[in-house]
Amino acid sequence: MKISQKDVEHVARLARLTVAPEELEALTGQMDAILGYVDKLNELDTEGIEAMAHAVPMSNAFREDELKPAIGIERALQNAPVAGDECFTVPKVIE
Amino acid sequence: MKFHNLTIQDIRQKLNSGELTSVELTRVCLERIKATDDKLNAFITVCEEEALAAAAVADQQIASGNGALLTGIPVAVKDIFNTLDVRTTCASKILDDYVSPYDATTITKLREQGAIIIGKLNMDEFAMGSSGENSAAGAVYNPWDTQRVPGGSSSGSAAAVAAGQVVATLGTDTGGSVRQPASHCGVVGLKPTYGRVSRYGVVAFASSLDQVGPVAGNVEDCALMLGVVAGYDPADSTSVDCLVPDYLENLKTGVAGKKIGLPKEYFIDGLDPDIKKAVNSAIETYRQLGAEIVEVSLPHTDYSVASYYLIAMAEASSNLARYDGVRFGIRQDSGDGLIGMYQQTRTAGFGDEVKRRIMLGTYALSSGYYDAYYLKAQKVRTLIRQDFHDVFEQVDLLLTPVAPTPAFKIGAMTNDPLQMYLSDIFTIPTNLAGTCAMSLPCGFSEDGLPIGLQLIGKPFAEAEMLQAAYAFEQATDWSDRVPEL
Amino acid sequence: MNSRYEVVIGLEVHVQLTTKTKIFCGCSIEFGQSPNSQTCPVCLGLPGALPVLNQQVVEDAIKAGLATNCQIAPHSIFARKNYFYPDLPKGYQISQFELPICEHGWMDIETEELGKKRVGITRIHMEEDAGKLLHNESNSSSVDLNRACTPLLEVVSEPDMRSSEEAIAYLKQLHQIVVYLGICDGNLDEGSFRCDANVSIRPWGQKELGTRAELKNLNSFRFIKQAIEYEVERQIDVIEDGGEVVQETRLFDPDAGVSRSMRSKEEAHDYRYFPDPDLLPLQVSADWVERVRSVLPELPLVKLQRYQDEMDLPAYDAGVLSAERPVAEYFEGLVALYNNPKVCSNWVMGEVLGALKEKNLEIIDCPVSPELLAGVLQRIDDKTISGKIAKTVFEEIWQSGKNADQVIEEKGLKQVSDSGAIEAIVDEVIAANPGPVAEYHAGKEKLMGFFVGQVMKASKGKANPGMANQLLKKKLAG
Repeated sequence: MKISQKDVEHVARLARLTVAPEELEALTGQMDAILGYVDKLNELDTEGIEAMAHAVPMSNAFREDELKPAIGIERALQNAPVAGDECFTVPKVIE
Repeated sequence: MKFHNLTIQDIRQKLNSGELTSVELTRVCLERIKATDDKLNAFITVCEEEALAAAAVADQQIASGNGALLTGIPVAVKDIFNTLDVRTTCASKILDDYVSPYDATTITKLREQGAIIIGKLNMDEFAMGSSGENSAAGAVYNPWDTQRVPGGSSSGSAAAVAAGQVVATLGTDTGGSVRQPASHCGVVGLKPTYGRVSRYGVVAFASSLDQVGPVAGNVEDCALMLGVVAGYDPADSTSVDCLVPDYLENLKTGVAGKKIGLPKEYFIDGLDPDIKKAVNSAIETYRQLGAEIVEVSLPHTDYSVASYYLIAMAEASSNLARYDGVRFGIRQDSGDGLIGMYQQTRTAGFGDEVKRRIMLGTYALSSGYYDAYYLKAQKVRTLIRQDFHDVFEQVDLLLTPVAPTPAFKIGAMTNDPLQMYLSDIFTIPTNLAGTCAMSLPCGFSEDGLPIGLQLIGKPFAEAEMLQAAYAFEQATDWSDRVPEL
Repeated sequence: MNSRYEVVIGLEVHVQLTTKTKIFCGCSIEFGQSPNSQTCPVCLGLPGALPVLNQQVVEDAIKAGLATNCQIAPHSIFARKNYFYPDLPKGYQISQFELPICEHGWMDIETEELGKKRVGITRIHMEEDAGKLLHNESNSSSVDLNRACTPLLEVVSEPDMRSSEEAIAYLKQLHQIVVYLGICDGNLDEGSFRCDANVSIRPWGQKELGTRAELKNLNSFRFIKQAIEYEVERQIDVIEDGGEVVQETRLFDPDAGVSRSMRSKEEAHDYRYFPDPDLLPLQVSADWVERVRSVLPELPLVKLQRYQDEMDLPAYDAGVLSAERPVAEYFEGLVALYNNPKVCSNWVMGEVLGALKEKNLEIIDCPVSPELLAGVLQRIDDKTISGKIAKTVFEEIWQSGKNADQVIEEKGLKQVSDSGAIEAIVDEVIAANPGPVAEYHAGKEKLMGFFVGQVMKASKGKANPGMANQLLKKKLAG
């Protein structure tokens, strides 16, 4: 097994998802099969090979430090599930 | 009226001459959508009123001689493009009520050329899927056989063109999501070189792989659409500042003297016999058109699916973190506090395939696994790009099948995600390498299902690839067939 | 307090830059605007929006790196730090993790207790700030994203400090440098300069570091000192009671003077850093670094030394004049026009800074420019006015904005150097003070000051004091 049910639950927590108990086994099986498959990458020796983070090798894309108009409070909040006092409202955050 | 056998430029002439008005044309499209979309489910949103209003304006512009390339011509876009004041759902429940406050750069470019955005097309949720079945708006059906999938993830983009609902659409291609549905639906679909078309305003699936691409009924329209949306965008740091040629200008150049490579890793034993036959016949056509055909090798092809899915899922796990029920989209909150709200919202809002990929991606990036999975996949990606670099020293273009089988039956792979992933084997490597590729019709299976041919071009050599595609299209009549609905 | 234990402190400072716009979009970073009024699809983290790097942020990072003796990396990258929080719109913060823009720097600090010391700077990296969470009375919190995507430099020190004094000296110097560079407004109240402190203790002589606690929410130098000292005591208590210090983040409450653990119910953080595919790698050429170096201002420590070595100023004067860049610029502007640094120093530290303090003005708004002040000093030199009258002239210039010559002319403040006129006043003074004259003759020569004062008073300050002195000596002797 590449991944256990406990691992799956841990990853779900990191991703802010929940897995229903009745789905856990099937999901773990699917994830295990996929992780088992991708293991084939280890057949390749990649010693000294550079990791590729971008499809096109480029560097330095900048913008000038120039103001652009904001979209406005109304636009900013138009899709908010809950809003009030010009802010997005969320369940109380306890630090 | 039928669009069949009419190119966008033909329609342009009819509009300019007054033989046809944009309002008439828009009505035809709307009626066709009404008549066929019960069977196809290609559209998530149809903007009837807005489209008709825009058509009326377009008619005035055309009458006063101020028409641009697409003035008055209805097109539709995958529901992954942000469109100002129109719902953008990405076929996800989590964005069910999302109305974008801005236009994607590609949408702006379409509007600048006068295009009428008639609606938003169905797709696999967040572009994750190869069948069009993973949609909160319901599955999309193949116009050639509604028992079968249209391919994905730009399912609606291909089905709508195949069914004659619109002349052209935009899709996105992360691992074959334009080419594979184009192949399954018998239309032309193109994935440009990464960086050729702006990604700004296109909901991200896997940022280093995503690329916008046109779908159309013929090569010429595909070339025209590419010309409209291509070009450097300062709002997308990964877009490339290089000249966009006029793709229509030298379309008829032909392929005489061109060297076309057949990567041997793509002509494997498991290939469906109908596909093998159609592709072999296409090779013969190219030989007759004067191209030199040579066998080449892309030795790391077999590792591309593994590399691709790790990278795509890792990037997706991060890209989809913003769907948290705070600023937009749905929220589920049973009062268990902040973390509870996050979990309930995301668990209810995302479909199973999306959740599976987020979790796999999270795992691949997590502490202790990063090097073994994500970093390893990125290194293998370098090897795959190098394969293409090497092979393009020898040949001008590559020719391959698009998919190992024609469109499969709805539900055939739902419970076996890995099997589904493996069906992307021929389209994925070009996304990893970043180069351009396209799909065009090259035959039909015994069951009457379309079969696509893939051409792969050198980076930023879309023009050359389109010329080869055009030559093939002119020499054959595969594009002339239309599905009966 | 640390007789048995050595205190080890490392500091992470978030420096908010003074760019016009955010690090990855064109929204303003102005403080104190209506919530969410300075937002766009990029900083709201809307689907499909993409970041583009503000070049000024890179320039500022290079400046900070050069000013703290860092190596500027020719190749650096941005990474995503993934975690969920309502003030973090994208669900990840764009930061630098592997390959930051600046590394391996240092700063020399000085404390009275321990003298000079070099503190290592591990790295300086660029990142975006989060938004602001407002805690409501009700069962909810509010999110304002105006601050989201504001450019920050995070300056991470080595664990080289051994006392709260050293930590404060380091912070004050870093603060002075970034303000001097003009890349930060230094406003602690508005959060432009925020500090997290990593504090641990270990028995003297032990090589390995003890387990550290990270102190957050330190937004004044005083609180930082308090928080560190409280933390050291707390850790000593824990250990002396036979316990173990646990690695944790603690929030300092300045009102109560205590810190409390921010115990997260969650599992340990796993930020899943990876290179941001939306942002290209950053290449900083040697040319670029040199270009920035060439426009770097002279830094306060260098000025401090130069004022003492080249201008012969006392250490105290040099310290006051170099502490803030606008004061130093004023002073240097004055010296360029009037080449007597000590006189300039006296005037700037006395009249100029005094008047500014009284009127609650910044030196940048001083109505008497270095040019105008130099005019006054020249008139003292050529004996047009006395040093005392000069102060009146200075005040007049402050009020009117006119130059010294105009003021002297209009107010008739020209010093009387006509020996006849002064002689007449001297005669009057001698005649009017027979008692002191007798005492003077009896040997009380200190009274000369009194006579000069009387002459000045009678001339309303305009008499040339040197001439008055001479004439008095002559007359009293005769």
